[in-house]
Amino acid sequence: MSNRRLGIVIAEIITAIVFLLFMFPFYLVIVNSAKTAFEVTQYPLTWPTKWGNLIDNVVKIWTSEAVRYPSSLLASAIITAVSLLLINLLSAQAGWVLVRNKNRISNIIFYMFVAAMVIPFQIVMFPLLSWFRITSQATGIPLLRTYQGIILAYIGFGASLSIFMFHGFIKGIPLELEEAATIDGCKRHQIFYEIVFPILTPIQATVMVLNGIWIWNDYLLPLLVLGKGNVIMTLPLAVSNFAGAFVKQWDLILTAILLAMIPVIIFFLFAQKYIVKGMVAGSIK
Amino acid sequence: MTKKSEVNLVFWLFLAPVLFAFLMVMVIPFIMGSFYAFTNWSSSARLDGGFRFVGFENFVKSFQDPSFLYSFGITFVYTILNMFFINLVAFSLALLVTSELRLKNLYRVGFFVPNLIGGLILGYIWQFIFNNAIPSLGSLIPALKFLAEPNNLMLGKNTSALIAMVIVGTWQYAGYIMMIYIAAIENVPQELHEAAKIDGATPWIRLKSITIPMAAQAFTVTMFLTLVNSFKQFDVNVSLTSGGPSTMLFGKPILGTELLALNIYNTAFVSNNLAQGQARAVVFFLVLAVISIIQVYVNKNKEVEL
Repeated sequence: MSNRRLGIVIAEIITAIVFLLFMFPFYLVIVNSAKTAFEVTQYPLTWPTKWGNLIDNVVKIWTSEAVRYPSSLLASAIITAVSLLLINLLSAQAGWVLVRNKNRISNIIFYMFVAAMVIPFQIVMFPLLSWFRITSQATGIPLLRTYQGIILAYIGFGASLSIFMFHGFIKGIPLELEEAATIDGCKRHQIFYEIVFPILTPIQATVMVLNGIWIWNDYLLPLLVLGKGNVIMTLPLAVSNFAGAFVKQWDLILTAILLAMIPVIIFFLFAQKYIVKGMVAGSIK
Repeated sequence: MTKKSEVNLVFWLFLAPVLFAFLMVMVIPFIMGSFYAFTNWSSSARLDGGFRFVGFENFVKSFQDPSFLYSFGITFVYTILNMFFINLVAFSLALLVTSELRLKNLYRVGFFVPNLIGGLILGYIWQFIFNNAIPSLGSLIPALKFLAEPNNLMLGKNTSALIAMVIVGTWQYAGYIMMIYIAAIENVPQELHEAAKIDGATPWIRLKSITIPMAAQAFTVTMFLTLVNSFKQFDVNVSLTSGGPSTMLFGKPILGTELLALNIYNTAFVSNNLAQGQARAVVFFLVLAVISIIQVYVNKNKEVEL
């Protein structure tokens, strides 16, 4: 028995050390956000001499022309929230009609979405830009550097996995409920919005978590569709815009990083259970 | 309205928005891209003028370019190292936090957190660690003085810079993969372990002949995820090394840590050669498709049914 106890103590120590190593980068971000430029380069590992510097640095980033923190935070929030709501609703209703209408066409459409999951973004990214330019010229609706353009792109790229997940979940829901509603005189679309959609809550959480983490952190698509330094800039674009311009100003770069991380960490602390569950469920697709 | 036509109408109405978005950003660009790869497409040669078909020229030129061949090579090396270390760390951590540790819930959350932060931001944090924090450790501790030597900076040489990218990749991804392993380990019926213990099996034997075989399905998933994500790595590459430092190959200066995704991007936007960038993207897609199919096939064969 004491052998076993010893084993647990060793495991405890190893895990604690690895845990501290994992957390160390976050420690560095926090302490160095509270230092002056000189302090950061001379003593990057130590505790800051004056935490008041943190406020100075935050003010500098908040008002920085390259980061435009308030507007970038807002843009990231708008793009993530609107894309998520639309992906969730539109993929759910698409998944539902694909399950409930069993025929050749619905099968072809479903497999088309599934097949698209293996297509890397790289093969569509250049033509996407020129196609967006062509359609903007033809219709007068600007797609590059606009909210509608990037949100449309997120719906298109997010649809495959989301439809696949809704499809799998809806297959497991018995038909009786919907048949009863039809007999009671429910219209076809009402059946979905009033009866089916509320039952989908657990899978909706998974879909939102997976897409939310991806969209919030995404760099390449916003870089191409929105561009760096334009009116609409997401947080990753803002950080890269700033870090690229001031390579050596680590005190401010790390403050910008801290400010960019805070919303995600806060969100995670509140929705921890759903996030971990959602990401694990999403992986075993 | 008859019942049948109402069902049909709702079918198309409900599908229309996603089909429209999917067509706009996936189907049409995919078709355009597969076609553009065989043309001289560029910002000056568009469909309206100077545009022509060039056959396989873009592909041939890509494979004659040392930077593309080099990117291919290091992307494979990076992917293999990343897959190995992420899964090794993730599985070990999963074993640790499913044992009877006091703070196991805190540990799980802590290991998972890096995954919530985008690769771009993580890359900048680690650039600071490799360029400032680690050298500073060297000047604080006499025994580690070599770390403070400018010649010993991790990001200064291409081999160590590639290892640096693997370290960041492992730190970023291990916690997520760990969660998948935890789910698999906790799904192993407790009776199997009890029975094995009665038969006198040591923890090592139980790990080897119960836990690992029972978690085979999880291995298929995690191997696939780490393979695809490592192969497509872009964000960390941009912010950690920007592809540098430079090195020489076949007498031509190239970037020492430029993975394929970054090479495709740079070919199109830095070297201003859209058509060749597109051709490389097509090659990238084909290679990715083939290796992921092989990988899933190989792993599926190893899974055991209960």
